[in-house]
Amino acid sequence: MGKYIATIGIECHVQLCTKTKLFSEVDNDARSKEPNSCVSPVDYALPGMLPRLNGEAVRLAILAGRAMNCEINACSRFDRKHYFYPDSPKGYQITQFYHQIIGAGYVELPSGTRIRIEHAHLEGDAGKLTHFGAYSLVDLNRVDTPLIEIVSMPDIHSAKEAHDYCKELWRLMCYAGVTYGDLYNGNMRFDVNTSLAPEGASELGTRTEVKNLNSFRSVERAVEYEIKRQTKVLEAGEKVIQQTLGWSDATGKTTPQRSKEVAADYRYMPEPDLPPLNLSSEYIEAESAKLPLMPKDYREKFGEIIAGDTLEILLDYPSLMEKLAEVALLGHGVAPLLANLFASVLLAEEKSAEYLNDLPSAEDLAALAEMNEKKELSSTATKEVFLRLFDPQMRERGTKQIAKELGLIQENDLGALEVIVDAVLAKPETAKAQEDFRAGSEKVLGFLVGQVMKESRGKANPSAVQEILRKKLS
Amino acid sequence: MKTANKTVTAERLVRDALKKAEFFKDYNIFTFLNEEGALKRAREIDARIAKGENVGRLAGVPYALKDNFLSPAGDTTAAAHILEGFSSPVTATAVRKLESEGAIMIGRVNMDAFAHGSSTENSYFGPTLNAYDKERVAGGSSGGSAVAVALDIVEFATGTDTGGSIRQPASFNGVYGFKPTYGCISRYGVVAMASSLDCVGFFTKSPEDMDLLMSITAGQDVNDLTTLPDYYDSAAATDAPTRIGVIKDFDNESVDKEIREALKNKCELLKAKGYEIVELEMPSLKYALPAYYIIQPAEVASNLSRYDGIRYGFRSEKSEHLDDLYRNTRNEGFMPENKRRIMIGNFVLSSGFYDAYFLKAAKARTLICKEYDKAFSKVDYILMPVAPNPAFKLGEKVNDPVSMYLEDVMSVSLNLAGVPGLAIPAGKTASGLPIGLQLVGPRRSDKNLIAFSKELEIDDAIEEEENV
Repeated sequence: MGKYIATIGIECHVQLCTKTKLFSEVDNDARSKEPNSCVSPVDYALPGMLPRLNGEAVRLAILAGRAMNCEINACSRFDRKHYFYPDSPKGYQITQFYHQIIGAGYVELPSGTRIRIEHAHLEGDAGKLTHFGAYSLVDLNRVDTPLIEIVSMPDIHSAKEAHDYCKELWRLMCYAGVTYGDLYNGNMRFDVNTSLAPEGASELGTRTEVKNLNSFRSVERAVEYEIKRQTKVLEAGEKVIQQTLGWSDATGKTTPQRSKEVAADYRYMPEPDLPPLNLSSEYIEAESAKLPLMPKDYREKFGEIIAGDTLEILLDYPSLMEKLAEVALLGHGVAPLLANLFASVLLAEEKSAEYLNDLPSAEDLAALAEMNEKKELSSTATKEVFLRLFDPQMRERGTKQIAKELGLIQENDLGALEVIVDAVLAKPETAKAQEDFRAGSEKVLGFLVGQVMKESRGKANPSAVQEILRKKLS
Repeated sequence: MKTANKTVTAERLVRDALKKAEFFKDYNIFTFLNEEGALKRAREIDARIAKGENVGRLAGVPYALKDNFLSPAGDTTAAAHILEGFSSPVTATAVRKLESEGAIMIGRVNMDAFAHGSSTENSYFGPTLNAYDKERVAGGSSGGSAVAVALDIVEFATGTDTGGSIRQPASFNGVYGFKPTYGCISRYGVVAMASSLDCVGFFTKSPEDMDLLMSITAGQDVNDLTTLPDYYDSAAATDAPTRIGVIKDFDNESVDKEIREALKNKCELLKAKGYEIVELEMPSLKYALPAYYIIQPAEVASNLSRYDGIRYGFRSEKSEHLDDLYRNTRNEGFMPENKRRIMIGNFVLSSGFYDAYFLKAAKARTLICKEYDKAFSKVDYILMPVAPNPAFKLGEKVNDPVSMYLEDVMSVSLNLAGVPGLAIPAGKTASGLPIGLQLVGPRRSDKNLIAFSKELEIDDAIEEEENV
């Protein structure tokens, strides 16, 4: 029995974080709004209403395209895609079917594999339906939220690669600042096409499309499941049916979806209400230049000084990477310590999501790293001061002052330490330990160091204390 | 245009107009009479006039609004059952501009439902009768507008022209009807028929009034991205036209003899005034009608897909399921002609047919645009018939869609090319029916085109005298 090769192509819808909708001036951010409260007469499709194109969406599309190394087309157009459903008040979706704004490009995965992008286009989102037994509720808040749909080439060949592609795409969109990137709320949704063909076959097999996946994990699991399912079908000598499937995280299975339209014919037609979108090369260049550093830039910058695992974790948080780059400008060698603090302390905090939106200044963080470097702060103290920097009131006092107020600055002054050591050694309760150490018991040294630390209220540098003790007790 | 002043009040003008509307009730012109609203507005305007305020260039002028313009005054139904009871929260840009100059809407006027038709017989409210012969059609789709002006009920009426819907009823009722350059007046708040062809325009009794209305309503609108920056581009038209074109192909048997005669008379008049008459060959124009009846239904089918009975207007009571609701609402709510165009439109856009129909029609459209460009490199304006015949009998063509579509044969090429056309009265037939001709200019020559039409006007006065 031959082996099957999986071929996967992914379409991804990204909701753009514009202030207003793609074709009207109402609020685009409906996250905490009443259903049907962010709807203009244009979105509601009153007679005689005409779409107005949101320039900010065009600008974000340029950034998104550049983030994926894509060509930006100087001239694109809009088209109508027709279907009847209550989530589409106009009876059509305004999309770019014939001439898209974003041309071919590629996404490079952390592994170095390149997944080619066929194109990406601007379009309006549909409304949201919630189905109950005998009725459904319609919420039009989402109607004409700007989307870009990114269509990959079928360059993906495993569930893991599908996962990595989606994740990298998500990172690119977040770094480019075009989306809130909130997967739970559907800011990015993935449709995954999977087909199997025998190894060495020249043609692709019949594909299935799993629609509306909203996490990297479900993309990975759905592809795994489809590969297994299709392998079974093929091995049984049957044919894979081309169909649209839904995925359930709960059951871990794909199931054929209730189809929106019978045999969809979208009857595409040029959108006569919107003139062609012509972008000058100067405008495209000027906007492209605003693209911030991308994950690959950070990998180049920090790959050698920050552990790979840590770096990949941090890359999920554009604000942390930006901060890291900012701090790195202030002092060499501070990045690795801060990377560890970000990864192991900050991200472990319960309130980390909140903290991410309000990071301490680069100066404060650099000062912290410097104090740690100079051994003025122990690693425990460093963590403590680091966390205090996220308290807006504490923060105002600056790193040094916080450390001082908390009494965390380590005593490195040997003279001062000797005085404390002498005081400890003079205490009768340490007499036995001193005797034992002289008799050759190394174990008791820890007890003595502890006593000194206690006496110094934690400020002493333990290794320095140890050194002094050895000298005194020899 | 008679505007209100301290002695002739707006209230007086409005009351007169309403009285005339009542008098001509049997013509079935109005779908809604704005008695209360119009009188209230008239009193407001009179109060402002009394205070010496400048109310605007249309102070107290009563006008009729084609029923496909959105405004909170009266239901906006586009004479279609499916929009029954639709009260718009939005005001069309054109309406807002007219009213900001003091115009008073005394009523909404009849039309073919969704502007589909050339006789106003496709109205849910029944046909409007011709101003000169009650057994004949008003023309369409803006039949109510044309008759309201022709019977002197109002000073002017709004219209929309997608394939002749202003010019043909104007010519059937002996008034001026103007289809501006595409994009001159905002389409925002006008029930869409075919978006790439739709133009807002007017019916008036003189070229001067037309010019005034154009200068008030034309201009770029942030709510309509297809609007042009200015009323007209001085580079587009000459101030001193010398050559007038006539199209050879149209002077043939398909056009009524008396209309051909009228065209000849006007040409003679122009010649006498020193203009050169140039015969033009425009072979691509024969593709205009077939191309139009592909592009237009395609856009119609698309634009009408929002009428689903869910959010506003009529909803069929009988439905149990979503698909039934769509089907029954649209089946009961649309007129047969609406359905015919939806079917044609969806057919030509279907996958596998798009290239053969829609794309080919789009290419023909490009050819027609180029042909007009070429023509206007040879002549300043073109004079041609509006329709192949004067007003026809009620019921004569309504059951023969193709012969009804042929009514548009001379008007649709202007919409495809986006060029302006002014229908002008050009005498009457022996049986007393008005004859109309259209003066066509290059894109954005609107202002000069309207001004030039006065050269043809004088003839009417002489003719009238001769007839007397």
